Amino acid sequence: MSRAPSLERTRGALLAAGLLSAAPAWAQAPPADEVERGAYLARAGDCVACHTAPGGRDMAGGLPFALPFGTIYSTNITPDARTGIGTYRFEDFDRAMRKGVAPDGRHLYPAMPYPSFAKLTEADMRALYAYFLKGVAPVDQPNRKNGVIWPLSMRWPLALWDAGFSGKPFEADTTKDADWNRGAYLVEGLGHCGACHTPRGIGDQEKALDDRGALFLAGGPVVDGWIAPSLRGEAGTGLAGWSQQEIARLLKTGRTDHAAVFGSMTDVIRHSTQYLSDGDLQAIAKYLKSLPPAGDAPLAEPIVADKTAEALHAGDLGRPGAAAYVDSCAACHRTDGMGYAGVFPRLAGNPAVLQKDPTALISVVLKGSTLPATATAPSSFTMPPFGDRLSDQDAADIVNLIRNSWGNQAPLVTDRDVKSVRRQ
Amino acid sequence: MAAATPKPVDAVIVGFGWAGSILAMELTEAGLNVVALERGQNRDTYPDFAYPKVIDELTYAVRGKLFQNLSRETVTIRHAPSDRAVPYRQFGAFNPGDGVGGAGAHWSGVHFRITPDELRLRSHYEERYGKGFIPDGMTVQDHGVTYDELEPFFDKAEKVFGTSGKANNINGTIVGGGNHFEGPRSDEYPLPPLKNVYSAELFAKASANLGYHPYPLPAANASGPYTNPYGAQMGPCNFCGYCGGFGCYMYSKASPNVNILPALRLKPNFELRANSHVLKVNLDGTGKRATGVTFVDAQGREIEQQADLVILSAFQFHNVRLMLLSGIGKPYDVASGEGTVGKNFAYQNMGTVKAFFGPDVHTNPFIGTGGGGQAIDDFNADNFDHGPLGFVGGSPCWVNQSGVKPIAGLALPEGTPKWGATWKKAAKDYYAHTLSADAHGSNMSYRDCFLDLDPTYRDIHGQPLLRMTFDWKENDIKMTRYVVGKLTEILKSMNPKEVSVSVKKFGDHFDVRNYQTTHLVGGAIMGADPRTSAVNKFLQSWDVPNVFVIGSSAFPQGTGYNPTGMMAALAYFSAHAIRTDYLKSPGPLVPV
Repeated sequence: MSRAPSLERTRGALLAAGLLSAAPAWAQAPPADEVERGAYLARAGDCVACHTAPGGRDMAGGLPFALPFGTIYSTNITPDARTGIGTYRFEDFDRAMRKGVAPDGRHLYPAMPYPSFAKLTEADMRALYAYFLKGVAPVDQPNRKNGVIWPLSMRWPLALWDAGFSGKPFEADTTKDADWNRGAYLVEGLGHCGACHTPRGIGDQEKALDDRGALFLAGGPVVDGWIAPSLRGEAGTGLAGWSQQEIARLLKTGRTDHAAVFGSMTDVIRHSTQYLSDGDLQAIAKYLKSLPPAGDAPLAEPIVADKTAEALHAGDLGRPGAAAYVDSCAACHRTDGMGYAGVFPRLAGNPAVLQKDPTALISVVLKGSTLPATATAPSSFTMPPFGDRLSDQDAADIVNLIRNSWGNQAPLVTDRDVKSVRRQ
Repeated sequence: MAAATPKPVDAVIVGFGWAGSILAMELTEAGLNVVALERGQNRDTYPDFAYPKVIDELTYAVRGKLFQNLSRETVTIRHAPSDRAVPYRQFGAFNPGDGVGGAGAHWSGVHFRITPDELRLRSHYEERYGKGFIPDGMTVQDHGVTYDELEPFFDKAEKVFGTSGKANNINGTIVGGGNHFEGPRSDEYPLPPLKNVYSAELFAKASANLGYHPYPLPAANASGPYTNPYGAQMGPCNFCGYCGGFGCYMYSKASPNVNILPALRLKPNFELRANSHVLKVNLDGTGKRATGVTFVDAQGREIEQQADLVILSAFQFHNVRLMLLSGIGKPYDVASGEGTVGKNFAYQNMGTVKAFFGPDVHTNPFIGTGGGGQAIDDFNADNFDHGPLGFVGGSPCWVNQSGVKPIAGLALPEGTPKWGATWKKAAKDYYAHTLSADAHGSNMSYRDCFLDLDPTYRDIHGQPLLRMTFDWKENDIKMTRYVVGKLTEILKSMNPKEVSVSVKKFGDHFDVRNYQTTHLVGGAIMGADPRTSAVNKFLQSWDVPNVFVIGSSAFPQGTGYNPTGMMAALAYFSAHAIRTDYLKSPGPLVPV
């Protein structure tokens, strides 16, 4: 896939195509009010998610991140002069966002996805700066001291990390249309989707930062008992079976006719993507749909002859997990695994079910899941937790039945897998 | 202990069941700052109604977890003005709700409108049967509103509730498949009817064979996935049979919690305060204007909430009690018949027939849905000639199989011992082969059936309890005996082995020990004349025009239909009047 050598040439090409006037098309829609535009971009970046503690004031920081090398806390990014970023000049803000370097020269931990934010246009960065300095209420709240163990508490190696893994400004792909480029800009940049959905390397760096990397968004590690599935075109485990419309609808409402979000993505939808314009959501969906499968994943799932639905419907409950499935799951997800459109997700062919790593499915069975209430889909359907009713073996049996029925095929799990998820 | 006075609001809503949630949504949509006060606790599908813990007959249906806490507040009951009333200390005849969702969280889901004739009951009977037909002492009245005026709001309520049913008459065109006797509808039901259980199928067939007109009961239990106009979603009913008395774990039964609150709670100009028990509406020095309400919060602090508009939307009898405690309107005086608040307290009048079949008829009574089934209206309202019968009113008849649960027990043929080997054998023989049908009858209002404040008993806050004076009257017993006779014929035509009939006898008194329905009505009735009604047709107090009293308290008499659909339509009708007229020019919407 070729990239245009320079932003200017891209803009020229797009201008020539009549796709935009002054700003590049993928950086569309600058409304009159820069603060308002910054607020929209802050939502697209979901800044509030990390920079707000539970029950705390918006953007005042303090949310803990339990990382392998210790606990770090997000910082106060309100415009409070003493404890926040009120004294930041635009240049300070820009450097922190793109390079992860604070005005005092301190390197930020890359839990802050600055390699992604480095993609932002200057206009968007200025709008964000305007919003954070003028549109956010200042909160006097000192930052919490991080609990990082030595030697990782030394920050100077972060400079090396930054040198190795830092991101670069977004460059449009002239072979693609403006929508695709807008989607790429949002996904790779502010949306920082790769932070969860891209596998991490030895230095905890994302293995790719844009669509030129075959592992970009190919599925991330387990975080907090959840796994962020691949957003690429794999059949079964990825988005091959999803339409552009369905992806956009999921981001707007947390649900489609067949699927429902779970885990940390519920907060992303609640705080961020539900507020994106339909145009931006379609652009994101279009871009994601263009990503080919990672590695040598099959393009289509093999059709598996399966008689589970007939057996359960006939009351044949001999298979391990069948009786418990009928008792606890089938009312909503049905004996044919098809669920009910828009309300109770389908289990047959559901990527969350088919992931090689069963953590997410086991987590849902044990701990339940709640849909985000969004402005256009306010019902926060909750699947109750079943962990207190099921032994590890019961849960493993149910998970195995779900992962290997109605055409589903996924590796078996054991009671030990369940036990380890239960502990998380 | 004093607490900080909260900021004044545009509207305060007292009670957060169906009426309160509808008004809260409408007034919030109109841009008002709205606070809703609910005396009970906060409740939602999760965690309160989650599977499988909610499938617990002892906790919910028997011990009444979702019902009003009678140890804090109840009513007293007597049969006649000369009796001494005693408190209703255990649940029996009726189960008023408590907590967010109110009775709307634990109802069954039968979702009717009203027949057009019943909205002008007195006029209609006098026109058809003559002035002398309605007996002395029967104080039935017209509602003062027409079916055509209410139709858009019936339609709206059905769409919000996601009601499953089948229209018969759309804008005067008979489309068939629904209730032969219904008033014209502007639209189909939002969802198709629920599937019939086998016993409903048997009832429909038998009644059609006898020339009657069976139709699917309109049910606010979703027959499929549904998204209502607020964007709130419902899951499809799975016929588990845990509706009445329970919250629904499937998001299938319409409730304020499922159908309104998800959208309402996202609105920044709305606040719901649970555990907030309203003691009274405060009036200014003139007594003609409410200034807000005083409530007791969870910490026992008395707090004044000022508001420009006060909506009383508590359960039927709580609305009446709050009016009496607050001095809104003139209390009804049984001796003179004057005064309006407390007048025309009425109820419903149930008869039940059961058929017991042999082992080859499988009715599987454990399957059920609260609102579904098959009904006939041939003996409801004035759909049959009352002239030779000499009574007012009627009963829809139906098989509404809503799940026979183990503690409430199984019905067995009359004469079966209550325990021992013979009982066990009968239970085994009949449990899965029994069909139950109801004549769900109307109850007229009478001069000496009314509500007032009890002179003796007080609630936990020291306020007088409400006193019910109520008994069955000859007209209503005549009616139920007639219709139950017809229903018995239908069941006998199915050729069961046995039939048992439960029907009131002449001279029977109101017995609070046995469940009837929770469809209590009246006491703050609507009408066209301030001398005979407490609220106008927009449910606005004639006396204090910034108080609206929403609920079945407005019905001048009891209908055969379940009241929720009618109550919801009145709530939307009232809200519409508030939004379009009252807010522009606060004051009486009907000139006095």
